[in-house]
Amino acid sequence: MHELQVTKRILDIALKHAQASRVNKVLAIQLRIGAMSDLEDQWIQKYFDHLSKNTLAENARLKIERAPAVMKCNDCGHSFEVSIKEIDKIQCPECAHASSLTFISGREYYIKNLEAI
Amino acid sequence: MENIRLIEVKENILADNDVVAQKSKSRLSDEKTFLVNLMASPGAGKTTLILKTLEILKNQFRTGVIEADIDSMVDAEKVAAQNITAVQLRTGGFCHLDASMVENGLDNMDLDKLDLVIIENVGNLVCPAEFDTGAIKNVMILSVPEGDDKPLKYPLMFSVCDVLLVNKIDYLHMTDFDLEAMRERVLTLNPKIRIFEVSAKTGDGIEAWASWLADETTSFIE
Repeated sequence: MHELQVTKRILDIALKHAQASRVNKVLAIQLRIGAMSDLEDQWIQKYFDHLSKNTLAENARLKIERAPAVMKCNDCGHSFEVSIKEIDKIQCPECAHASSLTFISGREYYIKNLEAI
Repeated sequence: MENIRLIEVKENILADNDVVAQKSKSRLSDEKTFLVNLMASPGAGKTTLILKTLEILKNQFRTGVIEADIDSMVDAEKVAAQNITAVQLRTGGFCHLDASMVENGLDNMDLDKLDLVIIENVGNLVCPAEFDTGAIKNVMILSVPEGDDKPLKYPLMFSVCDVLLVNKIDYLHMTDFDLEAMRERVLTLNPKIRIFEVSAKTGDGIEAWASWLADETTSFIE
């Protein structure tokens, strides 16, 4: 729902780096977004197309890779991916403990790189 | 065809928000004002719960409220009617408060004269979870009529909060809300979360939560 604000930040950061690297045009922006985030890919692109008009990043494609939600078992140390919104009961697949788990991935929210000419 | 260059960025999209949030945290620490960010769905009972809680704590602390609403003043008027310092932020369509909006709210309060401020965030379980407001603690309400599946649908919200208030607990016997299953799931997502069962309407459980809040406030402002 807050895609507009986030998209504005993505554009600002991309333009800052594009200008610093003296590129003529940004072709693509690679993002890494954690599975815990509810951002909708298609809305980010729509907002981006609107906001980026007449900038170096006009028509750039947003490539969004999702970082999986990964939890670590505090009992046995095993790390495992979780389909956080699909499974009823979260527990460690190694030792079956559910009581003490920590998220180690899933909240990523960053721009990895730009493809530019 | 020109060669395509790959430019490394590795920059957090919300970094600017986090900078403002950190600034507010140090300011609150200097001013000795404990700031709590209260998040929940629309209708979960945020305003009523704030009023009941501050009713208990008003003799112990100097309290205030930052109200966020998309475009109305209803909640701020209710709070101000109880003689509690209230600042209204109209988010103008925004679905959440970010650190700059809260900073603006703090600018409009006399923090010198406040020990405890509660932010009533925009009614929404999605967006507010993504943005650090600068508050010292995050608290959420899940009300019984919303259903016990909310931790499954909104895991981020449940994983960023320090306290979960299960409100409208007086309504539990009329529903199939599975309190134990909900509790187990929330604790798996967030083993450190404190869970209080409350009813802002009947007052059940409010003392225990208010006492937790009083202890946290006291240790922060001393």
